[in-house]
Amino acid sequence: MRLRFWPVFLRNFLVWRKLFIPSLIANIAEPLMWLVAFGYGLGALVGGVQQGDEKVPYILFLASGSVCMSAMNAATFEALYSAFSRMHVQKTWDGIMNAPVRLDDVLLAEMLWAAFKAIFTVTAILIVMLVLDISHSWKLLVAWPILLGVGITFSCLALIFNALAKGYDFFTYYFTLFLTPMMFLSGVFFPLDTLPDMVKWVAWCLPLTHAVALVRPLFMDAWPEQAWLHLGVLALYASVAWWFALTLTRKRFKQ
Amino acid sequence: MTEPQLRCSHLTKRFGNSTVVDDLSFELQAGECLGVIGPNGAGKTTTFRMCLGLSTADSGSISVFGMPMPEETLAIKSRLGVVSQFDSLDPDFSCSENLMVYGRYFGMASADIRARIPSLLSFAALTHKADAKPGELSGGMKRRLSLARALINDPQLLLLDEPTTGLDPQARHLMWERLQQLLQQGKSILLTTHFMDEAERLCDRLLVLDHGRKIAEGKPRDLINQHLEPDVVEVFGGNPQDIAGSAARNHAKRVEVSGDTVFFYTDTATPLLQALGATPGLRTLHRPANLEDLFLKLTGRQIREDG
Repeated sequence: MRLRFWPVFLRNFLVWRKLFIPSLIANIAEPLMWLVAFGYGLGALVGGVQQGDEKVPYILFLASGSVCMSAMNAATFEALYSAFSRMHVQKTWDGIMNAPVRLDDVLLAEMLWAAFKAIFTVTAILIVMLVLDISHSWKLLVAWPILLGVGITFSCLALIFNALAKGYDFFTYYFTLFLTPMMFLSGVFFPLDTLPDMVKWVAWCLPLTHAVALVRPLFMDAWPEQAWLHLGVLALYASVAWWFALTLTRKRFKQ
Repeated sequence: MTEPQLRCSHLTKRFGNSTVVDDLSFELQAGECLGVIGPNGAGKTTTFRMCLGLSTADSGSISVFGMPMPEETLAIKSRLGVVSQFDSLDPDFSCSENLMVYGRYFGMASADIRARIPSLLSFAALTHKADAKPGELSGGMKRRLSLARALINDPQLLLLDEPTTGLDPQARHLMWERLQQLLQQGKSILLTTHFMDEAERLCDRLLVLDHGRKIAEGKPRDLINQHLEPDVVEVFGGNPQDIAGSAARNHAKRVEVSGDTVFFYTDTATPLLQALGATPGLRTLHRPANLEDLFLKLTGRQIREDG
């Protein structure tokens, strides 16, 4: 069977390749600024963070969380703004569907493409972290496929809002109501233990919390506890979100 | 008789309470150019979308190359070429790259696509623009690139939605010339248009739609002869009501007033012009009836709500 989504994925890749350098800088400059400003700056004030039995440097704590946030942001931006440009503004999807490619194939390509953007960004950041000697655990090799999964989860979620959007302004809701609170509530910047029970409960419903719970121990050369639970939550988010994204996108195109 | 390239039978499509396509049936034979004309909102684009499987009919059936649409969408589209009303070219790719990337959607091997690109660019008169991006092209060039892109899979049947809207006369003539070449190669074309000169020049047969219904079908010349008097005299420069009611009226089969102009439709233009000559100051234009007259007779002169 011919993989019909592949030429669509390849199309996005070829466009991106032309803009490789600016795209690379945009994708890793911001996460690095967070890391340097908060990790070294705030880290000097905070000192260490208690993780189980040991105290770890704040920059290591932050780096392991912010890499998950970068995967989330990279996938989200691609599946919202860029996918919307292709779908609605440039009518690229319409052109593709005049060829023997179905809407489902196009959406699958967009989903995987946004996940690819996430893993690309993550790889670049991981390399910088290795160079800065923040962590050099071999278990980071396991973090890599997990972060690809994080990219897939957030690209499926973003495609739901892509399907519903009338214009770019709509995405502000998604950012202010969902992504920004999640950024602060998922244990990226501080441990969840300090939060009130109610807030903690909300935090454990968010996908990013589970991503951080999986990836952080790997940075500290340990295996995550209850890994299957966290993977299961991410997989559940991804599959339910994919189903909604597909249903709503089909509805959008069916007039 | 061979299987038609495209057959629509009793198509009906409703959006809410309004029926946009109403029991529409037509066929397109191999090698034929069929034009679909009608005012805005007549159902042209909806019909077009249904033929592409992008919209599903509420009732009726469509078959393309003898295969049912939308069940066999992918098999049908691999033998179809489409130019939609709005360009969907990739702005980040050059002309050659646009063709390359599009060919891959058909599952073609890169080497096969690469081999076709020079002839397609030359067909589109874009050889000198091979490395230019769509943003650097004129409107006519973009449309020709869209046409070249639609030909990448060497389709048997082309569906063209308003292929020359917004083009200047030179660009339109070049587009017509290319479409005629494609017809000579034996391809079939279904095209929608608002231009009657385009419809008359290119189309073997026409389908006139209004309010989702087929109101006429046939060869352009036959339709004109069947529905209209051979001559039209347009008169302006006086009170239109007085002119329409003057003695000249007796020599015309039909009279229409639109704004300050009076249209006389007649078999006997000479006595009519003589009668008009009695009134000084009138300006007259005597011409044979054309497709535009037919179109306006069938669909009326009023501007449509969404027009």
